Order: sequence, then C-alpha cells, then structure tokens
Amino acid sequence: MSFRSIAAAAALIVVCSVAGVAAERTNLGRAVTADEIAAWNIDVSGDGAGLPAGRGSVAEGRALFAEACAACHGDKGQGGAADALVGGRGTLATAKPVKTIGSFWPYAPTVFDYVNRAMPFNAPQSLTPDQVYAVTAYLLFLNGIVSEDTTLDAASLAKVEMPNRNGFTRDPRPDVPPK
Amino acid sequence: MVFSPDRRSLLGGLAAAAGGWIGTAGAAEGRLQVPVWTRQQGSPVASPAYGVPSRFEDGIKRRPRTPPPIPTAASSGTPLQHLHGIITPAGLHYERHHAGVPDIDPDQHRLVVHGLVERPLAFTMDDLLRFPSVSRIHFMECSGNTSTWGGGNPKWTVQDTHGLISCSEWTGVPLATVLQEVGVKPEGRWILAEGADAAAMTRSVPIEIALDDAILAYAQNGERLRPEQGYPLRLFLPGLEGNLSVKWLRRLKVGDKPFQSREETSKYTDLMPDGTARQFTFTMEAKSVITQPSSGHQLRERGLYEIRGLAWSGRGSISKVEVSTDGGQTWREAELQQPVLSKCLTRFRLPWQWDGGPALLQSRATDSTGYLQPTKEQLIRARGLNSNYHFNAVYGWQLNAEGAVTHVV
Repeated sequence: MSFRSIAAAAALIVVCSVAGVAAERTNLGRAVTADEIAAWNIDVSGDGAGLPAGRGSVAEGRALFAEACAACHGDKGQGGAADALVGGRGTLATAKPVKTIGSFWPYAPTVFDYVNRAMPFNAPQSLTPDQVYAVTAYLLFLNGIVSEDTTLDAASLAKVEMPNRNGFTRDPRPDVPPK
Repeated sequence: MVFSPDRRSLLGGLAAAAGGWIGTAGAAEGRLQVPVWTRQQGSPVASPAYGVPSRFEDGIKRRPRTPPPIPTAASSGTPLQHLHGIITPAGLHYERHHAGVPDIDPDQHRLVVHGLVERPLAFTMDDLLRFPSVSRIHFMECSGNTSTWGGGNPKWTVQDTHGLISCSEWTGVPLATVLQEVGVKPEGRWILAEGADAAAMTRSVPIEIALDDAILAYAQNGERLRPEQGYPLRLFLPGLEGNLSVKWLRRLKVGDKPFQSREETSKYTDLMPDGTARQFTFTMEAKSVITQPSSGHQLRERGLYEIRGLAWSGRGSISKVEVSTDGGQTWREAELQQPVLSKCLTRFRLPWQWDGGPALLQSRATDSTGYLQPTKEQLIRARGLNSNYHFNAVYGWQLNAEGAVTHVV
C-alpha cells in the first residue's frame, strides 16, 4: 500500500469516526444552491450573521407596532394576551422577575430573527426587511437601549449592546449533590 | 375497579356510557345475566377502518391545565392517571405548539441540510424513507413539565402536574447518517433545526448530540407521525428537553456556534436567584411520579392496592424506584417492569395495604449514573424559585381517611 493510499484510508477512517456511521454515501437528496433555498435561509444569529440588506427607523417602527403588534403586546409593549416586551430592568434577581427584550434578551439581532420568522402572530413572515428593522428599532427604543432618532441596518443592529448580554451561564447540572 | 375516575372523566363516562358502571360498581350483583352483546352480532370488520377506543373510554383525553389565552401557543397534557404500561397512544401524546399544528403535504415537504457542509442537499420524504432506518423507544418530556415550584391547586391531577411527558417508539433515519451524506466541515460545531410551522421554531443543537443518538423521525408507534407530533418529519433527541426535538422539521443549518434563537435565550433558559440564567440546559434529569393512586382518585375501602407509577431519566436507565407512604420517613423498593430501557419510561409498582388512615404517597428514582431524584427542598435550595423549567423533585399525593387523594399544595 502506497503512502498516498494509507493517507486516504486514514482520512476515510477519520470521516467515519466523526460521523459514527459507514462512510458509504447513498447519493439520496438533491444538490441545492443558495439561491434556491433563499426563502427558507432566514436565520439571524446573535452576532448579526444573516442580517439582510435594509433599514428601518424608530418612527417607522412606532407606526407599524401600533398597527400590527399592540393588540397583543400592549400599546407600549407592556404586554397583554402576549408577552411584555418592555421593562423589567433590575427585576431578574427578585421574587417577581420580568423577562423582556430590555431586561433579559442577550442579543439584539435575535429580536430581528424572531420578529422576522414568527411575527405578527396572525401573519408571520409577511414583513419586509425594512419593516422588521423598524419594529426592532422601536422595541429597542421603548427599552431605552437606542435613542429615538435611531435608524437600524445590518451593521448597526449587530453593534447594539444589550443590558443582559453577560447574564447567561452554561448548564452545571447535576447541581443537587447526593445525600 | 378499585379506583373511581376523576370527576372530569366521571362526567365524560356518564355521558358516554348510557347508564354506566359508576353507579353500580360495588352494588350487589346477584345472578349474572347474558347481556345483549352476547345475543347478537357485533359490528363488521373495518367499522371503523381506523380503530378508535371504546365509547366507554370517551373521557380519557388530552387537555390543557387551564384554558390557554392563545390556543395555538399552548400545551395539553397526557392523562397519565388513566394509562398503562410505558407506551403512550399517539393520540394522547402531550402537545406543545408555538403557532398551532400545520397541515403539511408530505409530497411538498423538504428537508434542507446546508451551512458548513461539503454538499448542501434537499431531501424529499421519499428520500428520507429510503435511508437505513432505526426504531427506538424513548420518552419525551417538556422542560416546563411540573412547573410547580411553589403552590398549585389541590384538585390538580397527575395529568395537570406531570402530563407533559409521553413515551413512544420512534422510527426514522439516524441524523448522523444524513450528516454523513452532506459532509459536515471540521469547523461545524452546532446545528440549527428549524420547523415549517408558523413559528418557524428554531433551536441550536451541539454536533456531539447530533452525531450521537439523534433521529430524524417520521414514524411513531408504527405509523407515520401524527400532525401534532411533527408530521411528516421531526427531529428527535432522546433524553433532552422536548422543545429541542423540533417538529415539522424543514431545515438543518450547520454553524460554528449556537445561533442564539429566541427559544434558547428568552425562553427555555433557567433563571437563578442571582439573576443569571442557565442556558442550554438540555438534559431531563431523573424523575418519577405515582400515577395510581393519584390526585382525583377515590379509594373505596381499606385493603390491598397496587401503587403504580412511572420513572425516567435523560441520562440513562432507571436503576431503582423507592416508594414512601408516610411522607418520606420510610421507603420501600418498588418492582420495575421489564424492559427497563435507556431514556425511556419505566413502570414501577408496589403492593400496599391501606389501613384507612391518612397517607402521603411519594416516589423517588435513582438512575444508572447513581443520581437520586432530589427533594423539592434540595431543588429549591440549589436553584431558587424562578427557574421555571426542569423541575424533577420528589412529588407527593395526600390520601385522607375518607380515601380521597389530592395534590399537595
């Protein structure tokens, strides 16, 4: 066996061990391009990766929020049939914690991601990127995180620092020692 | 019958049973009669073509603990107090939806696998059904099951307190097989799973879990998934909090870090007393509950009863279940029904003579790692009262001298 084939075999073994199954491919499935899957490829990460082109202002967001969001979340995002989106700063370590975008959410781009994929509740995935930027800007303004004259786009939203950015820890369980 | 059904099913049973057995149970029966069903032909085959439970079982249903303000973003619990063995009938598997149950045409459904992979691919359901398959029996539990860190209602049944757990045989393709097909790049560490429902529900899964025992499931208890369980395709991650097993699965995207979706930051994180929150608390730790006698049951007379219940652990198999009838002062080891499987419901039972006095009935499980189900006091000491999710403490039912069983508040 030549060095080259040994190396190839070793590489194959590495692939096998990573996947934990036989290396043989089935050739099932169809190759897809980025363009073909664009309508589904909508995720935006906490660091802002995936944010689309577009921009929206607090003022535009205020109008849209009144029209599309306030019925469930309250006219100022104070909550109603659906979650409160505003307030709660300083309550997380109290007996009645209020977990909102302002008090709890660690990443601003996650607001864009969630609104874009799941809101408004009665018409999800109906907003344009500009509209989602605008609603996100308004929600961050209501929480005192951006100023009233703010317009957000991909670059500026990724830079927004959330108050509870460092409020999360990894799972330490089991956390109850045996007797 | 040694136990009366709870009031709800009693009403349902009365409605369905046309005179019913509830009023006559225990009454003097006299000479046996030959009933009408013995003196005439029954229904023909295939009527109905898809069988349903007896009409006398009509009261046994899933239901939410309280009427949900938004019915499509809600949960309904499995009636554990009425079930036997370890397999949950598919139609009684608990539900948790974030935007209702979509009506998906399987011919139009696709699973896209892309991101940090060598070959981005889209699979049809026919493709997925051609892959080598696997079937395993596992529980699924919502991390919000038993969210009763304090308080509650004496009338809550085990369906109300523990109903967000069910157990099925799941069949599908090992996720590792499909990842092999697309070729995960070395920098691929986390996978985003995304649903095709109106929430487009997303969660990030570490690659180690994806390559371990994860299944792309298309069948449950021998038939294709029910719509409420993700038809035509769901992710299934044994032993881990249910919301990770994304239903109506349409897309897997391989990335180099967690995606930080709303469902793993704002929700499904566990708030600690100091105001920090634990994130990616995946494992459902060892837990058990007595299902019979349990809240809502009524013991008719003193004498022999079999205490029955369920135990499970997301870290492995159940090695021991102990039962106390005196509020935890003394414990007796229960018998475990075989097979005892990993990350699966285990049925336990213990014969018990009720002497007619009050009793506090509790169970505690130990799993194959040696972990002992904690007391509520231990759990609260470790996590405070704001943690919401992952409550797995020892649970009790109060039996009074009249034989009535209630939820301990």
